[in-house]
Amino acid sequence: MIPVLLIAIPLLSGLIGFAIKNSNSAKNWSLFTAIITLAVAVYGLTLDKKAPGLQFDAEWIFALGSRFSLALDGLSQLLTLLTAISFPVILIATYNTSYKNAKNFYALMMLSMAGIMGVFLATDALLFYFFWELALIPVYFLCSQWGGEKRIAATFKFFIYTFIGSLLMLVGIIYLYLHTANHSFALKDFYGLHATIAPKDQAWLFWLFFIAFAIKMPIFPFHTWQPDTYEQSPAAVTMVLSGIMVKMGLFGLLRWLGPILPMGTWVWGDTASGLCIIGMIYASLVAMRQDDLKRLVAYSSIAHIGLMCLAIFATTEIALQGVMIQMFNHGINIIALWIVVDLIERQMGTRKISELGGLAKKAPALAILLMIVALANIALPLTNAFVGELLMFSGIYSSEATKYNVVFTTTAAVCVILSAIYMLNMIQKVFFGETNALTEKAMDIRWNEKIILGVVVVLIFVIGVFPQPALEFTKTTVEMILTKMNFKN
Amino acid sequence: MNAIIFSAIWGVVMMFSSAFLKNKNAIRLLAITGAALLLALNILELYQASQGVHFLSIDTKGMLAFETFGMLANTVAFASTLLFLLFSAKDIEEVGPNSGDYFALIFFVLCGVALVTSYNNLLMLFIGIEVLSIPLYILTGSSKRNLKGNEAALKYFLMGSFSTGLMLLGIAFLYGASPTGSFFIDDIGIGHGPVSPLFVVGLLLLIAALSFKVSAAPFHFWTPDVYDGAPTPFTSFMATVVKGAAFIAFIRLFADSFGEAQAQWQLIIAIIAAATLFIGNITAVFQQSVKRMLAYSSIAQVGFMLLAILSLKQIAQDGIILYIAAYSLATIGIFAVLGRLKDQTYEGFNGLAKQHPVLAFVSTIFLLSLAGIPLTAGFFAKYYMLTALLQTGKFLWLAIFAVLCAAVSVYYYFRVIQAMYFKEGVEQEIDASAGFKNLLIIDVILIILLGIFPQVLINALSILYL
Repeated sequence: MIPVLLIAIPLLSGLIGFAIKNSNSAKNWSLFTAIITLAVAVYGLTLDKKAPGLQFDAEWIFALGSRFSLALDGLSQLLTLLTAISFPVILIATYNTSYKNAKNFYALMMLSMAGIMGVFLATDALLFYFFWELALIPVYFLCSQWGGEKRIAATFKFFIYTFIGSLLMLVGIIYLYLHTANHSFALKDFYGLHATIAPKDQAWLFWLFFIAFAIKMPIFPFHTWQPDTYEQSPAAVTMVLSGIMVKMGLFGLLRWLGPILPMGTWVWGDTASGLCIIGMIYASLVAMRQDDLKRLVAYSSIAHIGLMCLAIFATTEIALQGVMIQMFNHGINIIALWIVVDLIERQMGTRKISELGGLAKKAPALAILLMIVALANIALPLTNAFVGELLMFSGIYSSEATKYNVVFTTTAAVCVILSAIYMLNMIQKVFFGETNALTEKAMDIRWNEKIILGVVVVLIFVIGVFPQPALEFTKTTVEMILTKMNFKN
Repeated sequence: MNAIIFSAIWGVVMMFSSAFLKNKNAIRLLAITGAALLLALNILELYQASQGVHFLSIDTKGMLAFETFGMLANTVAFASTLLFLLFSAKDIEEVGPNSGDYFALIFFVLCGVALVTSYNNLLMLFIGIEVLSIPLYILTGSSKRNLKGNEAALKYFLMGSFSTGLMLLGIAFLYGASPTGSFFIDDIGIGHGPVSPLFVVGLLLLIAALSFKVSAAPFHFWTPDVYDGAPTPFTSFMATVVKGAAFIAFIRLFADSFGEAQAQWQLIIAIIAAATLFIGNITAVFQQSVKRMLAYSSIAQVGFMLLAILSLKQIAQDGIILYIAAYSLATIGIFAVLGRLKDQTYEGFNGLAKQHPVLAFVSTIFLLSLAGIPLTAGFFAKYYMLTALLQTGKFLWLAIFAVLCAAVSVYYYFRVIQAMYFKEGVEQEIDASAGFKNLLIIDVILIILLGIFPQVLINALSILYL
């Protein structure tokens, strides 16, 4: 029942939310239901992995062999937990922002939450596709309605990009469906396909799926929608996009593409990794030259996601473990970064790094918290990202799936250095130095923002110092994925 | 059988209605009642098909065959017509002074629809297509003082006559090529035997004529002008009911007669489908008028429907019914909204969401369905077509091409959504009664229902076979 609740609560919350007239009650209502969803997700963690409460299966479209089946395993638990934590965090952090037609805003937010949950939970390919698209529609309206000046064009680009990707994936899904023995969309039947589908077919099928996931992550050269959309979206939606929705792409690789088409993944692994590497370097270099805070974080996100994608193609246990934990960490860290950017923008009315300076004197608490988040973002030891990146680097280095493992590892390591350069540079310019006319009036952050950033910082340190429980949590899933990807039946 | 006879009779009744009934409301009511009765009679016959009980039964010597597939197509067509009349009967009255005549013509078209879904003989196909087309030529030009309408009607008539001429020629060739010298669709196929040039020429001519009727490229040039020139309610009728019926005629002919000779024509249909998808979608992008955009988008949708003819599998036959239903529901709805707007360009939709949230919301669902977004009927329609195509094991390129074109279609459908929700517009008075809005909402509910449980329609099909 738990997977159903994780989708149904935000879905109902969203649908009811449209009817709430008062914008403050709408805000509180969505926050309240988001917290309930979090509680359900946490309760799910306490259950045994094989508990029947973590599965759900019902008749859906009998004629097509599609069932409404959901399941929570290590991977989906991790990501639904991230989603369930992120939404209350986002809602609290942007609590003071006031929106036009606020009830629609919050209702759409909750609908997108339902869609994202569905993507992570579905174990039926058609259902997965359904949620994959449904998560997109509310976000499209959120960005286009409440975004910045150039929002319509930017969001439209985003929508078309992702729609092309998902339609290609649909063709792939139908192709696989027609090759299952009993014409079914079930994940376990898809997992049985790797032996029946010839390697040369796997090779082109790989691209149908990979393009869809690559656009979502985004991987070079499918990334051009991302900085524009992040820049133009309202802060809360940017957090959803970068914190959670990009994980849909990584999740797709881990749950669907890798295990179903291991030959295809192996054949194109180096090419895809090459794209990741190009994207990482490119994004890091571009990030160094950005004057806009939002664009800087956007490009840094491309670089980080590229590393995770690279680690998936390494197909070693240690790398996948790193990806798992890093997906969670990246979600938290980047949301925290966006919160800070949003705070600065709301107070100063600008995101231009060149116009800011000396904020540390005026807002010391903000400066300290941002410093920690930024250090986590560049993976300093003791922070959560260090654990993830260390695991990924050693995983990529020891990979047997590619002969370029040394090249990949060293180039990726260069990107970490680059990320240190642009992050520290940004902190220096924004928080230190002389205050100017604009930053003179700055005030420190409010209590709700302090609490949220405080919670994030605690999470950063807890996972950074004590990652073992999290690693054990995803161990069985990682092993399962690896046996499929490395043909170790 | 019920449908053919009843629609003809009711057409005559409607013709005389304007002479005897002075009250326009009564005429309108009569037309709507007729459509509802027609639907009910057809469903009754569907359920009784196995028992062989009909209200009227005339021995057609096997020239007509009332199979479940055709009857189900009829049901979809009549239900769409009923919905269409409920939405647009008032608009039809405003086209000209003799509303009774227009309704009469609509019923004659429906008679043609019932013929082309049940023909078993090429002569009946020809008669059906003519019965279907001639009233349409008149309806297109029904707004007598509208120059654009007159031009469209003449163009439609000339091109339409030419295409029926081609069809007749094709039928003659096929007759000559058939081993037994017969017009029956079961006999004109050549099986797996050697192909005679006569047969190929006849087949090509029929493909051309039917492509014209469903407005597939490169026989689509009449479509935008006619759809744009005709009064908006009739455009909606033409683009849905008539086009759907022509498709049923198309697929029945190819499934029953030419299924075994698939290798001869499959590539031709594939190229026509690809060209239709490409031209329809790309040209729709550049339109300024929403009505014209919908005309091109209807061409684009035809490209998807042609995939069913390419496949001819069971799933394709189920799928085409679902596609026609989904497409009709959405198109009739969006045309109903469009008909109420004064400015039928994209600007006319600006800011609609603020002033008329219900209209904007339902239009959004219609457009999402046309674009094929999940949770709407349009998604499963496209899904069935793609599955049918991939089941053939060939034409993967066409499947990928089709989805890329579908992605292009998002561009022009979403432009309307953007105009409604994200742009500021001027205040406009829209004559939308509560009843009209409720109907729109019912339409939306049907679309979403089919989008979650497409088997409702498909199962109806399989249950009725028993």
